[in-house]
Amino acid sequence: MSADLLNIPFAVITDEHPYAEDYFKSVNITDFDTELTPNEIISSLDDNELAENGFSKDQIASHFIEFIAQASMLKQTAFRAVESITIIGGQDKSGRKEDMELTLVPGDILCIVGSTGSGKSRLLADIECFAQEDTPTGRTILVNGKPLIGEDRFRLENKLVAQLSQNMNFVVDMSVGDFITMHAVSRMIPDIESTVKNVIACANDLAGEQFTPETALTQLSGGQSRALMIADTALLSSSPVVLIDEIENAGVDRKKALELLVQKEKIVLMSTHDPILALMGNRRIAIKNGGIAAVMETDDEEADTLEVLEILDAKMMELRQRLRAGERIGFDMKKYFGLK
Amino acid sequence: MKLITVAGPPSSGKTSVIIKTAEHLKKSVGKIGVVKFDCLSTTDHAVYARAGIPVVTGISGNLCPDHFFVSNIDDCVQWAKGKGFDMLISESAGLCNRCSPHIKNVLAVCVIDNLAGADTPQKIGPMLRYADIVTVTKGDIVSQAEREVFSFRVRQANPKASVVFINGITGQGAYDLSHSFMRSTDVDTLEGAKLRFSVPAAICPYCVGEMTIGVDHQKGNVKKMSFQEVSA
Repeated sequence: MSADLLNIPFAVITDEHPYAEDYFKSVNITDFDTELTPNEIISSLDDNELAENGFSKDQIASHFIEFIAQASMLKQTAFRAVESITIIGGQDKSGRKEDMELTLVPGDILCIVGSTGSGKSRLLADIECFAQEDTPTGRTILVNGKPLIGEDRFRLENKLVAQLSQNMNFVVDMSVGDFITMHAVSRMIPDIESTVKNVIACANDLAGEQFTPETALTQLSGGQSRALMIADTALLSSSPVVLIDEIENAGVDRKKALELLVQKEKIVLMSTHDPILALMGNRRIAIKNGGIAAVMETDDEEADTLEVLEILDAKMMELRQRLRAGERIGFDMKKYFGLK
Repeated sequence: MKLITVAGPPSSGKTSVIIKTAEHLKKSVGKIGVVKFDCLSTTDHAVYARAGIPVVTGISGNLCPDHFFVSNIDDCVQWAKGKGFDMLISESAGLCNRCSPHIKNVLAVCVIDNLAGADTPQKIGPMLRYADIVTVTKGDIVSQAEREVFSFRVRQANPKASVVFINGITGQGAYDLSHSFMRSTDVDTLEGAKLRFSVPAAICPYCVGEMTIGVDHQKGNVKKMSFQEVSA
């Protein structure tokens, strides 16, 4: 992308780069003849008026070229795939070496267990910044078997990690449909309408209660918000790695949510205290004193455990439904749960 | 000595970002000092002191904070040099969106937060458009979708800046920023240095468009800082 762009009629540019108009709108340039070139449009602007608003012609021109260059790059890399992420151990808070190397591939679910303050967030942070023995833990993170070095490591295009946590909320005041459309536009998705439809359908499948594209984000229940965040991350986020900080039980089908992420070829890392979620992963790591104390495969016995826990979970869910429906639940609980 | 200017709207997390970044810098840079510019009062010096970072405060009072900044930033550099600092970080609140505290050839950072709304990157003027690095905070409490939309809008407002997400509470992302701080160039004096964009108008030479830093240009309603350090 070069300065030549400034001498091409605007209408020709928008054919290839539909977001060009969006850029001009963002610097308050609307209502212009699209047969003109960006140079002609920019030079017709009033210097004083620009200065008053904190703009300058040079800046608008050079930013325009840069924005188009970045946007077309973003379009090319809309959905990046990684083949693997490798975690190579460092040391814990007392300097004890973590003797481990762990490789994750798309579709893997790795659970992270450990008490509060044990260093779970630190591990997630190491992955996010592609640690190269230079974080407090001394860990190394490899992408596709290789370290990301130099400037590559800090480029936003290379940021691989999407995060989902219980503390997250939607803060914009928009309808669900408008909001997901806005996200799709910023992601340079070619087929916006069907993608938006898909995200909302998926979210409705995860949440118990239905909502429509017209529903305001702020009106969504906790479960619906979480479901929408998960569906949006699975279908619209470019990040191949998803870090989840616990998914609460209420209002979201957690099993379906994880299946959706796995199906979309995401690498899922989930910090959790919940035995059901922990066993849903193929593997889990236990963190103690800032270090990885153990890496465990979910074994056959645990798979059986999961089956029983899921039955109990379904029973709890049913009790919730009955409460919601205004029923009494004072019947024989021991029998209900098969405890006698 | 390296100089870095950090600016951003009030309560966007500038102090937290600087402290978390300084934790990483301590290992590679020698002595780090901070100068905090504020309007009426600030308690942030106590926060810096607790973090073990030497700090002085400049209160602009009834003056435009940007004009006050320009009239004092070289004095800050000379003070920091006298103290033997290896890096000086200036923190200033951008109160009107027309604020423009960035200096040519001095690493310029703008801090904004995700809660400010999706249109904010477009509303903030030169403070964001002329920054080298835009740091986005409070991403831990909004959705991934909002973070992605926000970073797109920041790139639209300033395609040349790099965007760094920082969690001011846990420090996640601060390592990336510290890496950029290390690459800033050395500054000996700002005498003759140029602002990247004129500051908002108000009754000194800088009000009418002066952009050169230096004693000769400080006429009319000029206010100077006193350099009083606060200990923990």
